[in-house]
Amino acid sequence: MVKISQSRSQILDLLSSIPDPEIPVVNIIEMGMVRDVILTEDGCDVILMPTYNGCPAMAQIEADILVLLKREQIAPAKVTIVLDPAWTTDWMTEEAKEKLRNYGIAPPLHSSCNSDQFARNTIRCPICNSVQTSLVSRFGSTPCKSLYRCDSCFEPFEYFKCH
Amino acid sequence: MTEQQALFKYCVRLGDNALIQSYRLAEWCSNAPMLEEDLALTNMALDMTGRAQMLLQYAGSISGEGQTSDDLAYRRSEPEYRNNLISELPDNDFAFVMVKQMFTSTFEYFLYLALMESSDKTLAAIAAKSVKEARYHMAHTSDWVVRLGDGTGESNRRAQEAVNALWPYTGELFETDDVDRLLQEKGVAANLEQIQIWWRQYVIETIPAAKLELPSDDYQHTGGRIGVHTEYLGHILSEMQYLQRAYPDAKW
Ligand SMILES: [Zn+2]
Repeated sequence: MVKISQSRSQILDLLSSIPDPEIPVVNIIEMGMVRDVILTEDGCDVILMPTYNGCPAMAQIEADILVLLKREQIAPAKVTIVLDPAWTTDWMTEEAKEKLRNYGIAPPLHSSCNSDQFARNTIRCPICNSVQTSLVSRFGSTPCKSLYRCDSCFEPFEYFKCH
Repeated sequence: MTEQQALFKYCVRLGDNALIQSYRLAEWCSNAPMLEEDLALTNMALDMTGRAQMLLQYAGSISGEGQTSDDLAYRRSEPEYRNNLISELPDNDFAFVMVKQMFTSTFEYFLYLALMESSDKTLAAIAAKSVKEARYHMAHTSDWVVRLGDGTGESNRRAQEAVNALWPYTGELFETDDVDRLLQEKGVAANLEQIQIWWRQYVIETIPAAKLELPSDDYQHTGGRIGVHTEYLGHILSEMQYLQRAYPDAKW
């Protein structure tokens, strides 16, 4: 029988120190990627939900979690990736969206299944808050972002796509 | 054929379509006419690699033989692949890849929309993620088809050539076999006849909007469902599988 001294909420707190590898201002808890932490006689199981299907950051996050838990002597530990329910940007916390905005990334609009996902000019510039913005490229530097330009302050910015 | 065997075959088919499309799209890296399209086509490739990985991993977990997604991707030979022929055709022209991906992304959008209701929870979850990506790909490629078709004489000519060349490969997307029938009865698989109706409706609106025409000849190629492929798949696999064939179990 395994005895882990930390509680579930303490472990969740620890996990909130792990940043999203591609957007380091937000952590994996705020992003809504951690479904749960399950403590049993067999050890600690972190239930993780993949964001984008092909997102290369997932492997990094999994490795970061295992390193952290090892350092905190939480053992045995494992990460289980679950697909159901499917992660959506609707699970990002308001704090995370605010942090994204301050970082210069327009946060995702609600809701992921919105069929007018492609409506233009509804994305606010994260720098000057203008709604006069134009889509430059649907695809950006990572699977989760597209590129916009602000027609008021003329700054380019990224938009975290709703998913 | 048991339900489990049928589900394995179904997931391999969906996974192979994602994998082979991903390979072809990745070939566009640094070859697209503009930087934004390099990003677009390679991002689409990435989405499909992820989708292939999930589907093949799931397939391996239900086969009873314990294959990993890598085993299925890198250790099968050409006749064991179940992708539609359209996904293996070489993209020699930007108009060709855009028309091709419009046809296939539209198919995938309606397919995964239907599979979100699958009685198989894992398949439904994979579909819930894939449908969002497919919708995004569909919007992007449809815009390009209209832009090219309704563009210059040259872009219209090349888009029309692509439509003519690709149309005979679209019928295969909707072929229903024993695997489909068995799984449809169980509420696992999508009804491809229904999907074809939705697909046609979208395509029939998009093609004229792009000042293009659908060919009147409705001859359709077939073979992917039974592992009879075009000459191109073997060439893809010889490159894609080279490392694992030459150095089995090699790891980064
Ligand atoms: Zn601005």
